[in-house]
Amino acid sequence: MNFASQFLKDARVMAGDLRHRKIIRAALGNYEIARDKRKASFQSWESARQLAAETKWDALNHLDKYLVEFTAKIEARGTKVHWASTAAQAREIILQIVRDKKARSIIKSKAMTAEEIHLNDALEHAGLNVVENDLGEFIVQLRHEAPYHIVFPSMHLTRGEISDLFQRELGSAPTNDPEELTMIARRALRKKFLTADIGITGANFAIAETGMISITENEGNARLTAALPKTMISLLGIEKILPKLGDLALFLPMLATAGTGQPLTGYNTMYGGPRQPGESDGPEEWHVVLLDNHRTELLADAEQRDALHCIRCGACLNVCPIFKNIGGHTYGTTYSGPIGSVITPHLRGLQDWKHLSNASSLCGACTEACPVKIDLHHHLLQNRRNAAAQQPTLKEQIGFKSFVQLANHPKLWAFAKKFARLTQPLQKLVRGTPLDPGYHWTQTRDLPDVAPETFKDWWRKRK
Amino acid sequence: MNEREKILARVREALKTPAPLPGSHGETHLPVFEKTVSTPRQWLPKVGETFEEQLALFAKNAAELKADFQLLASRDELKTALAKISSTEDWKHVASHRGELTDSISGSLNLPICFTDKNYDVHELEICDVGISECDALVAQTGSVLVTNRSAGGRALSVLPPHHVVLARREQLVADLPAAFELLQQKYAANYPSMISFITGPSRTGDIERILVLGAHGPKKLTILCF
Repeated sequence: MNFASQFLKDARVMAGDLRHRKIIRAALGNYEIARDKRKASFQSWESARQLAAETKWDALNHLDKYLVEFTAKIEARGTKVHWASTAAQAREIILQIVRDKKARSIIKSKAMTAEEIHLNDALEHAGLNVVENDLGEFIVQLRHEAPYHIVFPSMHLTRGEISDLFQRELGSAPTNDPEELTMIARRALRKKFLTADIGITGANFAIAETGMISITENEGNARLTAALPKTMISLLGIEKILPKLGDLALFLPMLATAGTGQPLTGYNTMYGGPRQPGESDGPEEWHVVLLDNHRTELLADAEQRDALHCIRCGACLNVCPIFKNIGGHTYGTTYSGPIGSVITPHLRGLQDWKHLSNASSLCGACTEACPVKIDLHHHLLQNRRNAAAQQPTLKEQIGFKSFVQLANHPKLWAFAKKFARLTQPLQKLVRGTPLDPGYHWTQTRDLPDVAPETFKDWWRKRK
Repeated sequence: MNEREKILARVREALKTPAPLPGSHGETHLPVFEKTVSTPRQWLPKVGETFEEQLALFAKNAAELKADFQLLASRDELKTALAKISSTEDWKHVASHRGELTDSISGSLNLPICFTDKNYDVHELEICDVGISECDALVAQTGSVLVTNRSAGGRALSVLPPHHVVLARREQLVADLPAAFELLQQKYAANYPSMISFITGPSRTGDIERILVLGAHGPKKLTILCF
């Protein structure tokens, strides 16, 4: 089954799953209230968005300059920078570091870029033990599942399901209390933190001016990942660049507001190097892996270059009527929701993933929600246009050619209308069934009745 | 050509085509980028101008974050406040670092102290009931505590023990995030610490049914003693 058929099949099931809908609506309802309150606290959220968009525009449109500045600054403090054109290269770089260190146990804080390159699979394949330490990621890892949402990985699960999972996998006592469940995970992961040889993190921002990465989190797991193991590895896409340290004064509160409706996320931490002379803790070695993996192809598409502004806040997922109905896993991609539908065709092939750009009501809620003003719903349209231009389907070609003939010949047009009026009563008998010639449309949509009289006829009679 | 050069070459090639400016919906291509004159401070949540307003805002934000903010009349009250928490929570082991404020206080607790600003054993830190540290600033706008590994005893002290107590002076309060970054630049630009962290409330998670739980991996409690 190809990606599109799988998507349609899963989407149909999930859209009818009322239990799923209830869980997601409840979680996102609370999010919306918190987010709106935070947005209102800004002197001008709209002007903040414009400034954020312009700052990211500057970063992406001078990316070569900023990448050189970033790496020069961060290397000067003893950090080893690696460049990876592909996912396979990034996996190999990280595996080589792990082998060199003869590491046995690895802890990892949340990183969507690591999901993108399927890092955990590669590490496990090499016989290594890697444990996710963000609570939500830990839960989905125990379930052998991909994260459901880029910010809330375990949003689709109830406390009962998590309690069952912990009983089965960790041997804990059943409980209905989210706090107790969190403490079970805290105890299990504390041991891992203290004994891990390597800590792997992602990054939210990379600061060119000072050569630092910035990590945003609520739990303190990334702080511990960057404090305890002797070796630290950070994997980030080349688009994470921000020009100045002071830009974070804008981006940190905007990420928190758009992402979770918080004024600021619990821990926002900037790292500028491994343990420096005179410092008492932190990793002895720090490796930063910069990943391209088709980002430069998206950069070359000037029309959609702003999709690289994305700060992975998840705001567009949270407001998307499609996401809310079909859920995160249905997309079958690392990045789901509107941003996933826009960038996946660039990252993994337009023809294989063009269906995601069609699975949209084009309502524009995503574009309005985006804190860095990515023109998301227009990009969905552009993907549709590009896909059709690159490889038009026979059905569409025939359809549109016939329509051109019909629309250019008034007599043919008049005949078609008469024909529709005459045959529609027959079509009504089979409407929505596989016998209906318009089945692909009518199985999920209404087909309005043709008017009993055309405007032209009515006008003529009136005279 | 190595991967670095290959990636940079692809970036340069890609950037030969100018991108439309944000918000133009791709309708007009404006290749010349004019840096905006606006600054974050103009748009971020408003902060009062007087010290009293800023202090009140910090206290309000800290309360919302479920941090315990205690405003003390004098430096002497630090000792009393700390002794009170120590006896309530029955501290057995304390972790801290050398510093002007911490030195004058932690000795009075009469408890073994694990110092984390020189080489230390992480298992010794892990059994501590509390980590007591200084900070670089308090941020009124967000209720955050700004620490660095240089000012606050390394990377782990403020996040490994179940309770983090911050000792601060009133004059360390800054109005907003831009001011906090300006302070960092003034203080450290020549040689930044390898870790800088904005701590906004105790460790938290909402990963189970989006219900707030404190103490996910870091401290369950954050106490800020300010005189």
